[in-house]
Amino acid sequence: MTIQTDAPVATIHEPARALPLAERVRRVRDAAYQIRLNVLVEGEAQGEGYVGQALGVADVLATIYADQMRFQPANTEWAERDRFLLSVGHYALAIYAALAEAGVLPHEELGTYAADGSRLPMSAMCTYTPGVEISGGSLGHGLGLGVGQALGLRHQGMADQKVLVLFGDGELDEGSTWEAAMSAAHWKLGNLIGIVDMNGLQADGRTEDVLSNEPQEDRWRAFGWHTQRVDGNDPLELIRAFDAAVALAAPTGQPHMIICDTRLGKGVPRLESREKLHFMKIAADEWDPCRVELTASYTAEEK
Amino acid sequence: MTTTATKSAQPLRSAAMIASIADAGVRTTSAPFGHALNALAAVDPRIVGLTADLSKYTDMHIFAAEYPDRFFEMGMAEQVMMMAAAGMAQTGLVPFASTYSVFATRRAYDFICLDMAEPKLNVNLVSALPGLTTGYGPSHQATEDIAILRGMPDLTIVDPCDAVDIEQAVPQLAACEGPTYTRLLRGAVPRILDDYDYTFELGKAKVVRPGQDVVFVASGLMTMRGLLAAEELAKRGVDVCVVHAPTIKPFDADTVVEQIDTDRMAFTLENHTIVGGLFESVAGALVKRGVGRQVRAIGLPDEFLDAGALPTLHDRYGLSTQAVVNRVLAELVGR
Repeated sequence: MTIQTDAPVATIHEPARALPLAERVRRVRDAAYQIRLNVLVEGEAQGEGYVGQALGVADVLATIYADQMRFQPANTEWAERDRFLLSVGHYALAIYAALAEAGVLPHEELGTYAADGSRLPMSAMCTYTPGVEISGGSLGHGLGLGVGQALGLRHQGMADQKVLVLFGDGELDEGSTWEAAMSAAHWKLGNLIGIVDMNGLQADGRTEDVLSNEPQEDRWRAFGWHTQRVDGNDPLELIRAFDAAVALAAPTGQPHMIICDTRLGKGVPRLESREKLHFMKIAADEWDPCRVELTASYTAEEK
Repeated sequence: MTTTATKSAQPLRSAAMIASIADAGVRTTSAPFGHALNALAAVDPRIVGLTADLSKYTDMHIFAAEYPDRFFEMGMAEQVMMMAAAGMAQTGLVPFASTYSVFATRRAYDFICLDMAEPKLNVNLVSALPGLTTGYGPSHQATEDIAILRGMPDLTIVDPCDAVDIEQAVPQLAACEGPTYTRLLRGAVPRILDDYDYTFELGKAKVVRPGQDVVFVASGLMTMRGLLAAEELAKRGVDVCVVHAPTIKPFDADTVVEQIDTDRMAFTLENHTIVGGLFESVAGALVKRGVGRQVRAIGLPDEFLDAGALPTLHDRYGLSTQAVVNRVLAELVGR
């Protein structure tokens, strides 16, 4: 008699860079669509939340997880994995959606988002969720933790592992982000890839009104970073930017910054144009229309 | 490592602002932390050292000289030093990170709390100039560092007395799960505990000196002052028990309460404001057990302290050996 188990095989998810570009774009677009569907499942469970940001960053996460990262979905502690650090803790529903799409979390668990006893809290923490590398949320921590991880990996001879850090444009307000920016360049952390989600909105309003942060590319370049700025909702631009960063990546070299301009609520037109997007309320009868609009946008892009 | 006798008199010029805390006649050991870290690093390749532009003032330069490839100068940037130490710990290293106590606690609290304590990472903070160990004034006097940190879950807090404590603590800090904060004594550090039957044990308070009339519960350099005061008081017929409680958190309440719950007059001695430090740790332990004993607090007042020569300030604020002796005698007379 053989014992049947559901234990997942320790397969390695490899970057897709060997595939034809058109195929990679299609894969990222498909993954982004699935991530957005997952986000709506989580959002509906609570009736409100950081849905706009999660929809906006879905293409970035799809590129990272479906196209760029090397990891084992069944073993999130695998020493040779690339690391993805989510600094902006309230993007939790976005990373859970991406981890479900990547095969790390079961889809069925998404409905427990922010519920009592769930492994998927409102703000992402490494102590709760497999595949979440840091406890973000107190903003301005992720890039510095990434500095430490890149230093630690290099110190132990891990030359190929990339450390990717996603943070929000609001975190550009925090002095600690700029301490980390200086430090990464000083230590020549060439395997560190920062990704800033420029959605233009923070808790108190538009970023340009709260604390202006442009010109952003000039600042990172002046700090010594290899800097690119892309449309963060365009899979082709994202793939090219990550490929360019990875092509230059090395244990010792310039750190990389990919500035991603994104649109809050992307993919669901009624949410893209909604006011008060930071913590969005969505009525119970809107979730199905949101899904219909999302699928229509996705289908239209495919044509 | 060198052990020398302290000069008997210090001129009270500007150098006296950071005068040695060793009383006249007390032996000292040079940079015990740096040497202990080197000894540990020799047998544990996971050990790395970081500092925020204060290696020479935290004895981390001893490690940096011996292990330049394992030393990380993070610049005058305490926040990224804490984040980087936490990130390094996540990759399997065991970092020791040094700065001054004021900067670790006042500037970088959030990064200790959320990047180290919440994920229970093995990062060991060593913070020089704890309490009143400099005459530079409030900018450098970490009179409330324990009070700031004591509410942080999963953080171990150690207030060593001398070189013996520091040397024995370093490997235990590295072996301890979760982050630690140690109030570092640096430079020419007093060496007194090996005159007694004592070993440092993380999490334990120890009766260093037995005594019939008075009991001191002390931590940090005040254990040294307590032991020296006990010798003076013995000459006057007062027999003092000294309990050394170097681990402030988790606090060895059982040992301390057992020693206080007697007919002896009880004191706490701490190089810290009487708000939120050893005194209140003891008070909480007593109340929780329903033990109604009076405890007299020897510690720093709840105020910003003066600048000046350190010996002058220790006399002024009651931390010097003579001030402890005088206080005890006054309390005994008033009883």
